[in-house]
Amino acid sequence: MYQYDQYDQAMVDARVEEFRGQVARRMAGEITEDQFKPLRLKNGLYLQLHAYMLRVAIPYGTLNGRQMRMLGDIADKYDRGYGHFTTRQNIQYNWIKLEDAPQILADLATVEMHAIQTSGNCIRNISSDHFAGAAADELVDPRPYAELLRQWSSFHPEFDYLPRKFKIAVIASDTDRAAMRLHDIGIQIVKNETGEIGARFYVGGGMGRTPMIAPVIREFVPVLQMVSYAEACLRVYNRYGRRDNKYKARIKILVHEIGADEYRRQVEEEFAHILTLGLEPPQAEFERIAGFFADPGLERGLADGYDRSDPDFAVWADQNTTPHKQAGYKAVVISLKPAGGIPGDATADQIRLMAELAEVYSLDELRVTHTQNIVLPHVKQSDLYALWQKLDAAGLATANLDLIGDIIACPGLDYCSLANARSIPLAQKISARFAEPERQRTLGELKLKISGCINACGHHHAGNIGILGVDRKGTENYQLLLGGSEAADTSLAQIVGPGFSEDGIVDAIETVTNVYLAQRAEGERFLDTYRRVGMAPFKEAIYG
Amino acid sequence: MVEHCLRYRDDEPVGDPAVTVDAFAVQGNATAVRIEPGDDARALLPALDRIALIEINFPAYGDGRGYSAARILREHGYAGELRAVGDVLIDQLSHMRRCGFDAFAPDKPITQAAADKALATWPEVYQKTVDGRSPIWALRHGR
Repeated sequence: MYQYDQYDQAMVDARVEEFRGQVARRMAGEITEDQFKPLRLKNGLYLQLHAYMLRVAIPYGTLNGRQMRMLGDIADKYDRGYGHFTTRQNIQYNWIKLEDAPQILADLATVEMHAIQTSGNCIRNISSDHFAGAAADELVDPRPYAELLRQWSSFHPEFDYLPRKFKIAVIASDTDRAAMRLHDIGIQIVKNETGEIGARFYVGGGMGRTPMIAPVIREFVPVLQMVSYAEACLRVYNRYGRRDNKYKARIKILVHEIGADEYRRQVEEEFAHILTLGLEPPQAEFERIAGFFADPGLERGLADGYDRSDPDFAVWADQNTTPHKQAGYKAVVISLKPAGGIPGDATADQIRLMAELAEVYSLDELRVTHTQNIVLPHVKQSDLYALWQKLDAAGLATANLDLIGDIIACPGLDYCSLANARSIPLAQKISARFAEPERQRTLGELKLKISGCINACGHHHAGNIGILGVDRKGTENYQLLLGGSEAADTSLAQIVGPGFSEDGIVDAIETVTNVYLAQRAEGERFLDTYRRVGMAPFKEAIYG
Repeated sequence: MVEHCLRYRDDEPVGDPAVTVDAFAVQGNATAVRIEPGDDARALLPALDRIALIEINFPAYGDGRGYSAARILREHGYAGELRAVGDVLIDQLSHMRRCGFDAFAPDKPITQAAADKALATWPEVYQKTVDGRSPIWALRHGR
């Protein structure tokens, strides 16, 4: 994986010092909270309902054991002994003291980490496929492209005060594991008809209160023009994105209002101009970056297959591991969704254990998934059983990847000042209701996503079953949506009907699963059945 | 001449009052123009060699359109004074400088010493822009 050189380190160190000064000015009363707010937001520090929250960037969701261990130590030292992995492959700490924040950033900088651009109206941390470099179906590893864009977007002087936040995802396989088309810019690395590698740009996707699936703006951008093309996309947005209404300020609204063709025309015009400026890093720089990702140290010549005689282990291995491009290996997903637990939360001890397991069993690499789980990307199949035993002893071997218990949930009203309703207790109730493993497996792939408000941080629009918490005359109320997908067959979920109480929504979900079981044809996932039979039978069963 | 102006150029300040972009279009002999966030900086491109001062107004610091306007002007060869005016804050000076601004007239005065310190925040830069600094990728590969 990528390693900082003296330049990268100097930039992060400079940011730590700058923020230390800013916090000192705030603590001394030299600047007001209003003046301080934009400064702390540039460093991922939010003020939530009860305390400061610090969001730490994990570029394209990749980190090593040393970095992971630091995340555990920070949870112990500065928080309440746990951290929360987010839908953008980052980690958040929910109980941070302002005076500690500069030292946390300094601690992070010692392991090549930071909180830069994890909030504010700028280009946010770039996300990617959590199986990058391991997936059997990828064209190339998408992370070198993401790293190239990370450096381009870090402290970008022109795009620090955009109309609204800006999220980029980069993938390199036809199976979309990063909700790529639901980003402001989604990039798929592709090969053109002459065999050249380049980037397909999708622009204008997003969730929030107006969900949109991004259209293709350009089919193929050569690798050595990718930064220039991104620059053109951003410049058109910075100049013409709406600034009169915060809720209409994302690029999806601009692309929707002027149309993809007109947006494309403007971008191409800007692109032609930018190409004359020579802004693009050279081939040698791309190769330098790609070299860090080329070979994590995989052994050749291993055979596929492993001892499956322990039935509990076999169930977990079938559910939570995926094919690896190198024979004899698997990518392993560690579920952070135990029955009745808080999706995405891990204790400091669990975080440190995962760091150690990565060092021992996964060539010192971990990934954070946008579904709030952790991946050990390069595990030898002969090590799977030993790994599983250690995970199981630490409560980390829940075998529910992509099942109904593998819930995405935002922090909700327990933490977030924007929320209308609680997400976490609802996620806990649902996962407790469906706790029985056999029942979950019978239901099969079923992606359930909960947002505590219309901003959709819990991706409810993309849930096979989506839940949106709203405020209804002062009480928490939950709307039920069906039919969303974040995968390559991206679709947006539709609202079923009137909302429910917290207990009512759990019952409604159970009804929905019963309709599915009654209606499904051989081999159909929940989403397939829904797409075939439509909303009507579900609606009738719920509201009858 | 505005009262508080930090300048990073050696020539004499322009004394002429800046006219709006619309006014400039009809009275093309003005030498100072003021761009508001909604104006298209490209409207000035045909006349750049006749302009000595362009002010770009930031009515609110969070409206970043002026950064693009500044870069576009510099990318097309504008060599006169480019002055950020309005809600210009200390923590924004280094980005503004990178986008081509070489003068600052903030609503709330900033001392020269504070400005110089802010401009020295970043030891290196990742992007090539219009300020002549070599980006990190160029330093890495000896360009």
